[in-house]
Amino acid sequence: MEKFTTFESSVAVLPVDNIDTDQIIPARFLKTISKAGLGDQLFFDWRYEADGSPKADFVLNNAQAKSAQVLLAGDNFGCGSSREHAPWALTQFGFKAVISTSFADIFKGNSLKNSLLPVIVPREMHAKLMEQLKSNPLAKVSVDLASQTLTLPDGSTCQFPVDAFSRTCMLEGVDELGFLLKHDIEIGAFEARAQGALNTLSVAL
Amino acid sequence: MSKPRTIIEKLWDSHVVCEPEGAPALLYIDLHLVHEVTSPQAFEGLRQRGLKVRRPDKTFGTCDHSTPTTPRSLPIVDPIAKAQVEQFEKNCKEFGIPHFGFQSKRQGIVHVIGPEYGLTQPGMTVVCGDSHTATHGAFGALAFGIGTSQVEHVLATQCLLQRKSRSFAVRVNGTLRPGVTAKDIILALIAKIGVGGGTECVLEYTGSAIRALSMEERMTVCNMSIEGGARAGLIAPDDTTYQFLHGRPFAPQGAAWDAAVARWKQLPTDEGAVYDHEVTIDADALEPMITFGTNPGMGIAISGAVPDPSALSDAVERDTLKKALAYMALEAGKPLAGHPVDVVFIGSCTNSRMSDLRAAASVLKGRKVNPKVRVMVVPGSQQIKREAEAEGLDRVFVEAGAEWREAGCSMCIAMNGDQLQPGQYSVSTSNRNFEGRQGKGGRTFLASPLTAAASAVTGTVTDPRKMLS
Repeated sequence: MEKFTTFESSVAVLPVDNIDTDQIIPARFLKTISKAGLGDQLFFDWRYEADGSPKADFVLNNAQAKSAQVLLAGDNFGCGSSREHAPWALTQFGFKAVISTSFADIFKGNSLKNSLLPVIVPREMHAKLMEQLKSNPLAKVSVDLASQTLTLPDGSTCQFPVDAFSRTCMLEGVDELGFLLKHDIEIGAFEARAQGALNTLSVAL
Repeated sequence: MSKPRTIIEKLWDSHVVCEPEGAPALLYIDLHLVHEVTSPQAFEGLRQRGLKVRRPDKTFGTCDHSTPTTPRSLPIVDPIAKAQVEQFEKNCKEFGIPHFGFQSKRQGIVHVIGPEYGLTQPGMTVVCGDSHTATHGAFGALAFGIGTSQVEHVLATQCLLQRKSRSFAVRVNGTLRPGVTAKDIILALIAKIGVGGGTECVLEYTGSAIRALSMEERMTVCNMSIEGGARAGLIAPDDTTYQFLHGRPFAPQGAAWDAAVARWKQLPTDEGAVYDHEVTIDADALEPMITFGTNPGMGIAISGAVPDPSALSDAVERDTLKKALAYMALEAGKPLAGHPVDVVFIGSCTNSRMSDLRAAASVLKGRKVNPKVRVMVVPGSQQIKREAEAEGLDRVFVEAGAEWREAGCSMCIAMNGDQLQPGQYSVSTSNRNFEGRQGKGGRTFLASPLTAAASAVTGTVTDPRKMLS
């Protein structure tokens, strides 16, 4: 995993609540056995007409939005299916952060494991950013994970919460599996207590 | 005396391996279910790191998502799906994971076969790279969906890094009226709390109406916990649970069974335990439910009308509802009952078990489906297919004019050949009505098997209470 560093970027705006992972990447693209090519399929059914031509009014088809590394979306982003193809598609397209008032649990966890930062902001801040981007669509925000700070185009700032462990992993560019593998002794001890039964509850209650 | 705990806390406490400083807890996983869609990149990750599966004996696989529901004598037509199913079988063999492959007589939807073979048991932690894993919570297990990175974590270490979830009691009191089902309970709950209402929570369904449900009905309720945004949903085990499990292939036998039941009886929430959130639903007041929009929270009683976006004050909420109604081509203020339907789908991990098929058959017996409607009945597993055929349910469906298919996820996920055409309307017993979920441009009304079967007969959205025998 790459180290996550502070960056400045323009913002693609998708002001819809409850955007589910079926929209982020439709299920028919999940037949792949690799991670390659998913960025092309991001928001596919919102992005393309039936004949394959780009929908002129969809934000990601806007030339300016194509270079945006930040997506601003409505409440409860990433609900529905647990498919990790959703953050894979978003990062392959070029996004490094998504700003919303809330995120669905599984999507949030999947994103943090793929260097895609879910930035949770209060409603007022969300509305303020929307307003500023309305008057200047090319305006940039700055995302600083180390200090957990989002800076709006007008210079106002806002702290956002991130799980401390995930934050460390993203800043240092390490993945969770390496950390888990270091606890082999503890896992072995737990299994010894559970005596190989499918149900480990016997030892713990 | 120790502090009273909820079943959620007991499950958590009993599976914490260790709590490293500055990191989430390591939570031990008792049962890891894998399928063809969310596992290939995880197996590839193991290969790249030279790792093996730590506990193949706690891992079990089946193919279901991209698996077609056409006769098994036919090949998988889609070459990409075929390659995925073959890769899945190859991965399971290479890593020593027991599994039901495409041609297995026991293949089925992952959340159907776990309970069917007694793999899922009370007190367990169960995970799967699928958000409907909460289905297994019906047995008093802590069961939740995970991403592919986490599939790799569990394959390699049998553990996940997890933070403790908050607890949310869902009390469903009273008695369901005729024609109102478990599906209507969960659709009513999601309509009440919204698709994000359970975020960061584990739901515990309690109350007299939940206790009265069979195991299959409990699975329907728990299955859709994720549609309310919850990590998991569960029901404390009781005699209904033990009776269902007893004698199943992977359930404990003999003295081990008695010991297991004694342990399981300690699971239910202690008197006086405190939940972080609570909500109450009056079962007596419930009607058959149906969704009108593009997420499972957009649901109404079948006698109700499509809500009006102009009644909403928040701009994004209003636009979201407008967008949903535009996609569905529905008019605010109009009833849904009577709306024409092109396809009826009876199946999915939500509603494809014997009781679901019996309910649909009770409506279709002696009736014909409307000739304008394509009706697909898809059993959740090959085992259910055989049982249904032994009972003659397949003949009821076929004589009524419905298709009787092989087991799989089918039109719930539309990545296996079963799908809606653009613009078509379905009444579906599955769990998601997202845009394009059942096929690009398709429009889904979620409902119970009774409502789906009644709508199949009339060719329009129909209140099943009119057809109860």
